[in-house]
Amino acid sequence: MNEQLPALVVIIPLLFSFIIYLIGFIEKRAPYFMLLISSALTSLFSWKLLIRVIRKGSLSYHIGGWEPPWGIEYRVDHLNGIVAFAVSFVAFLVVLSFKERVEREVDPPRWSQLYALFSLQLCGLLGITVTGDVFNLYVLLEIASFSAYSMVAIGKRGAEFSALRYLIFGTIGACCYLLGVGHLYILTGSLNMVDIVNLLKSIPDSSALRVGLCLLVIGIGIKMALFPLHTWLPDAYSHAPSTVSAFLAPLGTKVAGYVLLRILFGIFNPSFPSEKVLLEVLGWMAFMGAFFFSFMAIIQRELRRAFSYLLLNEISFLGMGIASGTLDGLRGAILHLINDVFMMGCLFTSLCAFIHQFEKEDFKYLEGLGLLSPWVSLGFLMGGLSVIGIPPFCGFFSKWYLILGTIQGKKWHLLVGILVSSLINAILIFKVLEKIYLRHPHVELLKKLPFTFLISLLILSISLLALGGLASRIVKMVIDPWIVTLGGF
Amino acid sequence: MYELLKHYNYWLYALILAVGLYGMMSKSNLMKKLIAMSIFQWAIIYYFISIGAKKGGNIPIFPEHGIEKLTIRAHDYVNPLPHVLMLTAIVVGVATTGIALALLIKIWHNWNTLEEDEILERMRNE
Repeated sequence: MNEQLPALVVIIPLLFSFIIYLIGFIEKRAPYFMLLISSALTSLFSWKLLIRVIRKGSLSYHIGGWEPPWGIEYRVDHLNGIVAFAVSFVAFLVVLSFKERVEREVDPPRWSQLYALFSLQLCGLLGITVTGDVFNLYVLLEIASFSAYSMVAIGKRGAEFSALRYLIFGTIGACCYLLGVGHLYILTGSLNMVDIVNLLKSIPDSSALRVGLCLLVIGIGIKMALFPLHTWLPDAYSHAPSTVSAFLAPLGTKVAGYVLLRILFGIFNPSFPSEKVLLEVLGWMAFMGAFFFSFMAIIQRELRRAFSYLLLNEISFLGMGIASGTLDGLRGAILHLINDVFMMGCLFTSLCAFIHQFEKEDFKYLEGLGLLSPWVSLGFLMGGLSVIGIPPFCGFFSKWYLILGTIQGKKWHLLVGILVSSLINAILIFKVLEKIYLRHPHVELLKKLPFTFLISLLILSISLLALGGLASRIVKMVIDPWIVTLGGF
Repeated sequence: MYELLKHYNYWLYALILAVGLYGMMSKSNLMKKLIAMSIFQWAIIYYFISIGAKKGGNIPIFPEHGIEKLTIRAHDYVNPLPHVLMLTAIVVGVATTGIALALLIKIWHNWNTLEEDEILERMRNE
């Protein structure tokens, strides 16, 4: 059973997405529960997978029984073990919360279709994390993207236009990635990541290799919405149904961030001559992005747009951690990736609950939320404080490592970027919190908070604190063993 | 000159790729953008197919009997792997086009136009 886990976390949501769609014709209520079962099972299995990997080391699964360099290999080590768990667990919590919201927001005939797409999205994201084959990764990347395009298009007026832009951008990204894979394939003759690492050692540096690396990074950079390649994200996430953005925001870009880590440190490594230059460029991009996004976040009137820019800003932090190219920077980047899944999950689920209660998205409707709806306010409070990086919350620890990393690598501009954009983020968060807790309410509550939202917000808030408490253990048990396998540090 | 023209397949693919990219950036009609996007995707498929081909290469299928007698040399056969990968990539491309066309129909219903600047203008005014 344990040996089959890497395949199971991908197969279960894939299988369920068909079942969900078909069962929707027979019974209107069943699809939601099927989706809940599918995401619960995947998070259970990915938890078992993570425990297995921590105890006994990495696990390899050969699809169809073909040996690795020829067949497709699903390979789970410490890094993708924890990313897979974070992704599937937050997906489960989001799914747990949003039943009533979906039923309000989307027409009944579309329910089963939307739920099937959620399951397919989960399949794509988990597939990207566990696969050890670069071409298989491309296919799964496209599965995840297709479901995201279609889900975004279900939203309000203008969503279909944003979805088309997202599609065009996403396709360029995927094509660049595929071209990069082509370069790697021509040079090494292999598609398996572990095999490529071994073969690259004996291959001299060439312009083809450099171009290949750049294409891979650009492709993933578009999917991940790094600074100049981000333009699709704010529109897509703010036009999508609120439940869809609650599901996509914590997961989609972070999984792409994982792929970037895998490419830059797993397949290539910083000792590679052209990667040094690339990391430098990436650092400056992320630096500019951090400023740009945190300013954009402040000036938005719509809450969801502001949070989308906040999300982009967190991605820039990830980029800065990667770009510092030091041990602590890398630790910080990985920790921030995991924390960010939970932080954004908490913020966007609170946002979804808020939209459910008021049917409004402007800042001014936040006034007095602390009295009207204390639990949603708690979600905003915990998520917000964690994003700024207040000590007991998880955001503090990852930023701490990021800052240490930039000092170690003597990348002072990155240090300035992290500190200043965190401060600017604090302005946004305190603006939100001031409206919530210090103003009097002047709008009526439309709806009571559904019980499911309360549970998932509570679990998300507690996990933000728990991740903060466990930060040093996560670094010791999960992140460091992975960094040791890289050999470069 | 010969050095430059030897790998004419790469020149061809880069040209098609550039045409696609130019179309996506410069055309404001969404349908034209979509056509350009398909051209962009197909350029990559040409690229992969051309790297598998060999001059005088045979199809990589061995006879069922008498394989012991044959001496198999890799350069007598085309490399089937890039071609197989491209079967998947073609499926992905078709799916992308399908979703994009569905979105275009929805855009036409909602806005009654496919010009990007007009839609953006009206979105700003709403």
